Amino acid sequence: MIITRPRDWGRIEANLAEVGAKSVFIMGCGQCATVASTGGEKEVLQAKTALEQAGYAVSGWAVGEVTCHSGGTRLETRKHFGDLEAADAVLVLSCGAGVQTVADAVKKPVFPGLESVFLGNVVRHGVFEERCQMCGDCVLDQTAGICPVTTCPKGLLNGPCGGMWDGKCEVLRDRDCTHVRIQRRLIEQGRGGTKLLPAKDFSKKLKPGSVNLREKKGGAR
Amino acid sequence: MSRLRDALERGEFVVTGEIAPPLGTDLTAMRRSIETIGPHCHAINITDNQGASLHLSSLAASRAALEMGFEPIFQQTCRDRNRLALQSDLLAAWTLGLENVLIVTGDDPRSGDHPEAKGVFDLDSTQLLEVAAQMNAGTDMIGRPLKGGTDFYLGAAMFPEAEPWDIQLLRAARKVEAGARFFQTQAIFDITKLERAVEELRPLGAKVIAGVLVLRSARAVDFINKRLAGLMVPEAIGARIKSADNAAAEAIKLATEQVRAAREVADGVHIMTLGLDDAVPEILEGAGLG
Repeated sequence: MIITRPRDWGRIEANLAEVGAKSVFIMGCGQCATVASTGGEKEVLQAKTALEQAGYAVSGWAVGEVTCHSGGTRLETRKHFGDLEAADAVLVLSCGAGVQTVADAVKKPVFPGLESVFLGNVVRHGVFEERCQMCGDCVLDQTAGICPVTTCPKGLLNGPCGGMWDGKCEVLRDRDCTHVRIQRRLIEQGRGGTKLLPAKDFSKKLKPGSVNLREKKGGAR
Repeated sequence: MSRLRDALERGEFVVTGEIAPPLGTDLTAMRRSIETIGPHCHAINITDNQGASLHLSSLAASRAALEMGFEPIFQQTCRDRNRLALQSDLLAAWTLGLENVLIVTGDDPRSGDHPEAKGVFDLDSTQLLEVAAQMNAGTDMIGRPLKGGTDFYLGAAMFPEAEPWDIQLLRAARKVEAGARFFQTQAIFDITKLERAVEELRPLGAKVIAGVLVLRSARAVDFINKRLAGLMVPEAIGARIKSADNAAAEAIKLATEQVRAAREVADGVHIMTLGLDDAVPEILEGAGLG
């Protein structure tokens, strides 16, 4: 899932001030941002209170089912047509994908209420960790199912670097070195001493990504 | 031909030193350091944005050392440049007369003076060694022939004291496969661990130059233990410096002992003075290398 965290409140107020907004509509998201406790109903209502205390009127609010879904979000905005008409701006508590979907669906200024931070594993309730960067050129087959691109702070394919000490990472010293973990697991699986991983192909991850299953030869870019 | 390569291949015990280029364009202090340690060294490492902090480029500073009549070891980290820039700088280095290259990963930007910088790490140090070796064979990393190739003497870093050793060794062996012909180690405190590294790496065809750090003060010991990644001063050694009446004199004595011990084991010593450049001749003389 996409992990988000609250955006600095001062920046949100500055955004609203830039457009002279007096009345705000708030949109949350029923998917990732709900699980991350950043853009579900509870957080939308907290934002509503905060805005009202700061002197804004809140014309309405909604928690879209899947805010990054264009069709669903268009439908959601039609349901709240009146409230949106009454608003000077829209604050979206979702990832950046959701913010853009809402911005496409309404004609008002739309502002992000969260920061999108990473694709996260849910380690346990409320604990998220980044394990995959969606690089488009997976090396997990060679690295015993531990991603060095993501979990090594330097993203080295071959390691450890010179800072590893006592099996620990030099950058995040309370963590085990990813490369030591990889080698340990490879050895445990009888796959030790693997060959050098070649330089990464960053052309597999050219922006913006696009997949179209409707095209005859549709595929990922 | 590289004097460093020549000496190491002849089996001579070598001495290397280390200089950080300035933050700015005034080379006076750097030249003074080079003049102080240069005459005692086979070659001098010129660091590349050391500690992930901004300095004048190693390329220009290495050339300055060469023009002064001293042989530089051009350091290249993987942190600040992508594969185009790295290759372009390697080609530039060769045209500037820089024959020795030490290829390292580089500290993470968040430990330096520009913590907001993007760490590049497009290639890792083993991959970059391979690229430099390919240039020595006359092509760039995608196999296109170079109009005029290189003949670098390639070095890498290693840390004989960092555990787990089996994984360190595997990594070092891969660096040799990739093209490293010499290693410069991080600071050595335990000579048996240096011995262990030399025994493994020499048969692979690599020379090992042992790192010796002049622990010039109690503050230096604390700084290294707290701030420098991957350098841990053992308690007994830290206590020896801290309890000495004259820490600098004790540090010189310790470094002298370490150089003498390394002479029996390794192919050379790499002396990191932490600014105490004047100590180099004294240390070498005391160790019988003067």
